[in-house]
Amino acid sequence: MGMTMTQKILAAAAGLEKVEAGQLIEAKLDLVLGNDITSPVAIREMEKMKVQGVFDKDKIALVPDHFVPNKDIKSAEHCKCVREFARRNEITNYFEVGEMGIEHALLPEKGLTVPGDVIIGADSHTCTYGALGAFSTGVGSTDMAAGMATGMAWFKVPGAIRFCLVGRPGEWISGKDVILHIIGMIGVDGALYKSMEFVGEGIRYLSMDDRFTIANMAIEAGGKNGIFPVDETAEAYLREHTSRSWKVYEADEDAVYDEEYTIDLSALRPTVAFPHLPENTRTVDEIKEEIPIDQVVIGSCTNGRLEDLRTAAKVLKGRRVKKGLRCIVIPATQAIYLQAMEEGLLKTFIEAGAVVSTPTCGPCLGGYMGILAKGERCVSTTNRNFVGRMGDVESEIYLASPAVAAASAVTGRISCPCQL
Amino acid sequence: MKANGTVFKYGDNVDTDVIIPARYLNSSDPAELASHCMEDIDKDFIKKVKKGDIIVADKNFGCGSSREHAPIAIKAAGVSCVIAQTFARIFYRNAINIGLPIIECPEASRGIQDGDQVEVDFDSGVIYNRTRGTQFQGQAFPEFMQKIIAAQGLINYINSKEE
Repeated sequence: MGMTMTQKILAAAAGLEKVEAGQLIEAKLDLVLGNDITSPVAIREMEKMKVQGVFDKDKIALVPDHFVPNKDIKSAEHCKCVREFARRNEITNYFEVGEMGIEHALLPEKGLTVPGDVIIGADSHTCTYGALGAFSTGVGSTDMAAGMATGMAWFKVPGAIRFCLVGRPGEWISGKDVILHIIGMIGVDGALYKSMEFVGEGIRYLSMDDRFTIANMAIEAGGKNGIFPVDETAEAYLREHTSRSWKVYEADEDAVYDEEYTIDLSALRPTVAFPHLPENTRTVDEIKEEIPIDQVVIGSCTNGRLEDLRTAAKVLKGRRVKKGLRCIVIPATQAIYLQAMEEGLLKTFIEAGAVVSTPTCGPCLGGYMGILAKGERCVSTTNRNFVGRMGDVESEIYLASPAVAAASAVTGRISCPCQL
Repeated sequence: MKANGTVFKYGDNVDTDVIIPARYLNSSDPAELASHCMEDIDKDFIKKVKKGDIIVADKNFGCGSSREHAPIAIKAAGVSCVIAQTFARIFYRNAINIGLPIIECPEASRGIQDGDQVEVDFDSGVIYNRTRGTQFQGQAFPEFMQKIIAAQGLINYINSKEE
């Protein structure tokens, strides 16, 4: 019985020849991540530990991104706690405002995540780095503390679901539509405790930014991780971004999967998740009623990358944001922000009547920079549409791609660019 | 170790945003987090909950964010145990790591109603519904996790290994 791609990475990190689903292992970590919400709790836990200091100052990444630039005094105290910890322990990869970005866009861009890595992060969307063939998964603050101190973490080896992607996606179809389609199909606990392994010839039509979006939302199906094979597209990205060497793992031909699905990318349509769960999906063609909206957010660790901004700008170019609607664009990192400026995308957004913010998770989790009032509706490229996620418990979030979000900003109701 | 209390019953997919909304995550103080626990799904929870009470839910309890603030808030609110058909995996880890007892038991979840009086024996995994006189067998933890729970959390467990 063979191993899945995830199982092979975990076996190597645990120093074992072979592992199987359900087995409990202790694995060596290549990177431990935390942000301004989760790190202060981890730092406090670390202070209770007998092990002093961190296991490796180069293998910890601290990214204040949720409530920065500091939204209030309490957030400022949290950020100060993280900053002082980073200074005290000489953490190499601490990213201050000015060099930071949304963690899951930032770390691959900085070359800190490579194929074969085992990565834990005290943020649920840590599963993003599976796009580059790493095993990466979200944990809590105590796991982060133990990881920072010991460089190890315990895992239950996951079983897997295999998603075979075939065909070429049509115009305006992005990674977001692929993953929303999948979550709509299997549900928000469809991959509970499991790996989501993506394979198939259709992958070659997906850019790195598409793959980051897909792996990013594996958690919204309950998945432990999402993972892609390392192909030419991934290698080209890695050559551009990292100086680290990497090891490529491939699933065995006789690997065992709990379930297998084939997804025809050419048949996908722009997809929207209705309140209040990411599994409540409908294609734009299935939306018969008019759904007026108050706000559009284009950004986040899911969809704040350059290609997302390019798509949104393509839709907004020469058009206007509907009068009375707020359209908030948030480039995910400083590098993306700068590139978007050089390409004239920011000018397009501003001329269209959108606002452009410095990188922050801000509105995605109802922090700041676009909170919704009672009864308001938002089309958002973020990842969760839970009750109260972006503001009042009686507000509503519709999850969609940058293309659909931008088109909706123009019409003031949920729309596809093909309808403009 | 035993739990004994009144049940607060919830449905599927209780997410960490309703357990503790992000607008309160500018604090990491357990008592302050507890004062907003379950606020967006059950405004009265924090007024009614008493020390030792039990949360029972359907599937995928704790889905969403990795915020450990969620099990911290539940524990600090006085809840002695969470029983669900299934838990989201990060919540599951976090609960064990901070020493909040949780038990997966689909039968108990179906057989217990809001307001029932329930007893849980963590050693045997037996869940007894005193209101209805029914009994359920919860899934036992693997030995490794039992050690973490016995040490009252991952940090103590690692410290004990260092000795």
